[in-house]
Amino acid sequence: MGKIQLKSVTKAFGGVKVIPNLDLDIEDGEFVVFVGPSGCGKSTLLRLIAGLEDMTSGTILIDGKDATNLPPAQRRLAMVFQSYALYPHMSVRKNIAFPLMMAKMDKAEMNRRVENAAKILNLADYIDRRPGQLSGGQRQRVAIGRAIVREPAAFLFDEPLSNLDAALRVGMRLEISELHQRLKTTMIYVTHDQVEAMTMADKIVVLRAGNIEQVGSPLELYSRPRNTFVAGFIGSPKMNLMSGAHARQHDAATVGVRPEHMDLSTSDGLWRGEVKVAEHLGSDTFLHVDSKDHEEPLTVRANGEFQVKAGDVVYMTPQADKMHRFDDKGLAIG
Amino acid sequence: MARQVSRQRKIGMTILAWFVGFLIFFPILWTFLTSFKTELTAISIPPQFLFFDWTTENYVNIQAQANYFHFMMNSIYLALGSTVLGLIFAIPAAWAMAFSPTKRTKDVLLWMLSTKMLPAVGVYIPIYLLFINLGLLDSRLGLIIVLFLINLPIMVWMLYTYFKEIPVDILEAARMDGATLRQEITQILAPMAVPGIASTVLLNVILAWNEAFWTLNLTTSNAAPLTAFIASFSSPQGNFYATLSAASMLAIAPILIVGWFSQKQLVRGLTFGAVK
Repeated sequence: MGKIQLKSVTKAFGGVKVIPNLDLDIEDGEFVVFVGPSGCGKSTLLRLIAGLEDMTSGTILIDGKDATNLPPAQRRLAMVFQSYALYPHMSVRKNIAFPLMMAKMDKAEMNRRVENAAKILNLADYIDRRPGQLSGGQRQRVAIGRAIVREPAAFLFDEPLSNLDAALRVGMRLEISELHQRLKTTMIYVTHDQVEAMTMADKIVVLRAGNIEQVGSPLELYSRPRNTFVAGFIGSPKMNLMSGAHARQHDAATVGVRPEHMDLSTSDGLWRGEVKVAEHLGSDTFLHVDSKDHEEPLTVRANGEFQVKAGDVVYMTPQADKMHRFDDKGLAIG
Repeated sequence: MARQVSRQRKIGMTILAWFVGFLIFFPILWTFLTSFKTELTAISIPPQFLFFDWTTENYVNIQAQANYFHFMMNSIYLALGSTVLGLIFAIPAAWAMAFSPTKRTKDVLLWMLSTKMLPAVGVYIPIYLLFINLGLLDSRLGLIIVLFLINLPIMVWMLYTYFKEIPVDILEAARMDGATLRQEITQILAPMAVPGIASTVLLNVILAWNEAFWTLNLTTSNAAPLTAFIASFSSPQGNFYATLSAASMLAIAPILIVGWFSQKQLVRGLTFGAVK
């Protein structure tokens, strides 16, 4: 079981309110991702849940029981750190067994769990090595192993992949998702990378300045962003946000169109523009287009076979039904 | 581009370095040589450098006059006792300052160091009186406490700089894994800081071994360490330099050997954190 509830949680460092007031329910077995720009309080929030920081006020319930004043070890939560935080003077086996040793677990059961974790994570060949002799990906797996042996109520991940190179990151992302499917344990995952958030989460919590901007499934956030911040943050490349005359035509203060929701043509369309940069990814091509009709350059996604280069003239037409409208406070209309 | 250093300059600097090194080492060398001379050759003018009749009679005389072993054991007790006691206090103190600092931590550290700048003689009379009242005069325990207290600031400082290098994440991971504060310090922090703790121990042993003011002034015979052993050969009949040199060699030999073998760690310990 791993249901976690935060009630009117606040946190201040000195006089600075990092989390002004926050309520959040995390259901048992959910994969929840906290995402937001750096300094939005997502790591602080995770550390509050872990018990590594004390809340300024508010309550945290784990499986319905008040855990506000429990020390980290008694919350039955396991954490995976960005820096892996392995114990460098212990072998992989001892690293993984450490939480069980602290719990004074019976030797046979301890060995069984360590062996099992090592098998799940493909660590069996390295089990007697020290962390210093492992690659980044292997170290991260040891850190995950140390978390799973405890059979915790929930896993907390603090940007676990950001120290890995891009190729490994994609692989580990998949491994963590698979692990979640296999264990069905609650996981809370902090990242600033919206791609990680979109690909892994059951539920995304978008944070800005310690406030929750929106909570929802990846596709909800993508198709129905509650405000301009979420609209700009979720999706890659970013949504084109336009104000002024274009927005007024649609009775809004701001309208947004995603790069993939624009029809592109070399002959005619609503807006004429000149291609500034064309990024060819093979399957797709992203065009950054300067248009006289717009203050900011527009980003448009084209099919990878669309033949275009910098300096070419293109015409763009937004798909009307995929357009997002926002009022003057930045909140979505309709 | 790497800075060009001319060959001449290199040779010049090497000679200079050796010269300075020799200058610093010379008193020890001279004491060593004198300890093998007769009292007469020891004060002969001009001084004789290497070509004299080497004799071990000074060492034999010393063994006959004083119980070297008694003094050496006292030195060992004092050095190790004050160091162990120091670690027991300095490790938790350095842990608190490195991982749970407050606004005043820097000030506390500076204040602690400033006590090292106080002239020892300034507190001599109060401490002497205190020792009389507590019955600690000429006791090992009393001296261990004094040596522990005067070296504690340095131990805390050294350990603090070492601990600062250890990522706090690792300690937090231990906390999540269910380690108590004591387990966190003894099973995670201390093993990771072994090099730092070792050089702290080494430096403290050397400082305690060489400490002369308190060891001379607070002991008579029972707790007297090797510093008092040397002093006992500076006799009222005038100084017998050869005997005195032999006594000095016996007193400094153990720590000289320890220092020689551990100089790498010592240098690293003293500069750790400063250069990196």
